[in-house]
Amino acid sequence: MAGHTQNLTKDELWGGNASPFGVSYGKMMMWYFLVSDALTFGGLLTAYGVIRHGSSDPWPVGEQVFEALPMLHGSYPLMYVALMTFILIISSVTMVLAVEAGHRRDKAGVIKWLGYTIIGGFFFLGSQAWEWSHFIHGSGGGFQVNKSLTVTGEMENGEKVQMTLNGGDWVHMESEFGHAYEHALEGGHAAPAADAHGHDAHASHGTEAVAAETHVDAASMHPEALILNKYVLERKDDKDIRKVKVIGEDCKKLWEAKANETVVFGANMHKNEYAVQQQYANFFFFVTGFHGFHVFSGVVINIIVWFMALGGEFDRRGHYETIEKIGLYWHFVDLVWVFVFTFFYLV
Amino acid sequence: MERDDLIVNDSYAINNSHTNEEGKAIRKKLYNVTVLLTVITIIEVFMGVFFKRNGTITWETIKLGFIVLTLVKAAYIVLIFMHLGDEKKNLKYVILLPYALFILYLIFIGLYEGVSVQELNSTWR
Repeated sequence: MAGHTQNLTKDELWGGNASPFGVSYGKMMMWYFLVSDALTFGGLLTAYGVIRHGSSDPWPVGEQVFEALPMLHGSYPLMYVALMTFILIISSVTMVLAVEAGHRRDKAGVIKWLGYTIIGGFFFLGSQAWEWSHFIHGSGGGFQVNKSLTVTGEMENGEKVQMTLNGGDWVHMESEFGHAYEHALEGGHAAPAADAHGHDAHASHGTEAVAAETHVDAASMHPEALILNKYVLERKDDKDIRKVKVIGEDCKKLWEAKANETVVFGANMHKNEYAVQQQYANFFFFVTGFHGFHVFSGVVINIIVWFMALGGEFDRRGHYETIEKIGLYWHFVDLVWVFVFTFFYLV
Repeated sequence: MERDDLIVNDSYAINNSHTNEEGKAIRKKLYNVTVLLTVITIIEVFMGVFFKRNGTITWETIKLGFIVLTLVKAAYIVLIFMHLGDEKKNLKYVILLPYALFILYLIFIGLYEGVSVQELNSTWR
């Protein structure tokens, strides 16, 4: 970089009139801005760590909360978030290729690669919108029990476990029953039980017209199964106790112990089905939202610069340094996501 | 010697260019880094999904593995994609040292306080 400055002595470098850093003013300031922004994100993730370490209730496990894929049933732990990470890394690569093309004054190359970067940015924003909508809508909902009781359930591997709940402990519903129950509570109606897309958030909303015909009183609804430790896991006798399905008489017992005012579906700013700690949902909204806002402004800036490149602005200037500057910002957005991915979803 | 390092008309930016042959080598390096970052992400997801949290390796070790892999990823993004690895030493240090100083202190004090709050919570609840 700026190889001409390399042979100067220390006195010449620091004696004024030259950049001792060998970069232009604009690029230097972009770096300073990124350092300050990185401190903001570092502060947010550290605050998340403080709250998480300070909590004496179990914290939700990433691969149990984020395990859905659009339009698919079943459990795909972390696949969607990994896909988002991959999209962002690839758009970072296309951006660095745009910077490289700029160094060769290759206008067509810059337009092509910057264009791909913008598309990648839109894909990421779309994925995040789906992720938020899924998180807010929830997958079944849950409630707290109002007394202590002991039930027997079955884990996914078929192993039977006995669980002792205290008043205030969480119980979760299965997604299809949960959605039907939510509708019944909201309007006194239940979605038809034979809804083929019962798992899909939007499909079940779309069937409201049909649902209106089947008047179901929420109070008369009974689940066939309830789930314990849906989002958290517990260590007992050196075993992971997670996703314990309770059926039959024990399921009835749990349903009768339901504290009605604690029923919650999905998440908002006051309540969430994923954790006892509301900070869990609030940190999700704030950290991923703040990052998403950065991605959004990055896409807007990229689009503006794309049009500048198209109009030949950088050929007139004789250099494509602007691509380098917005490239730094875009890579930074990718860098932040790498940390959010690790500390919010994986660890 | 004539000074050629003055900031006139963004001369740093104009000097910062390379030929087609150099571009080829740079692109090859970028593709290699891409493959590496993708592989690391895939490894992380598989570690998260398949390692049992009570297996022979403790969850703490796996967590540490995640953090190390993340730092490797971050280093490649900053040093190669953001080109900081090839900038002047001055610039590298003026970016990395203050950040490392503040953030390490913040993490230390944050986690220390968090753990202590947790201990108080479980003692006095």
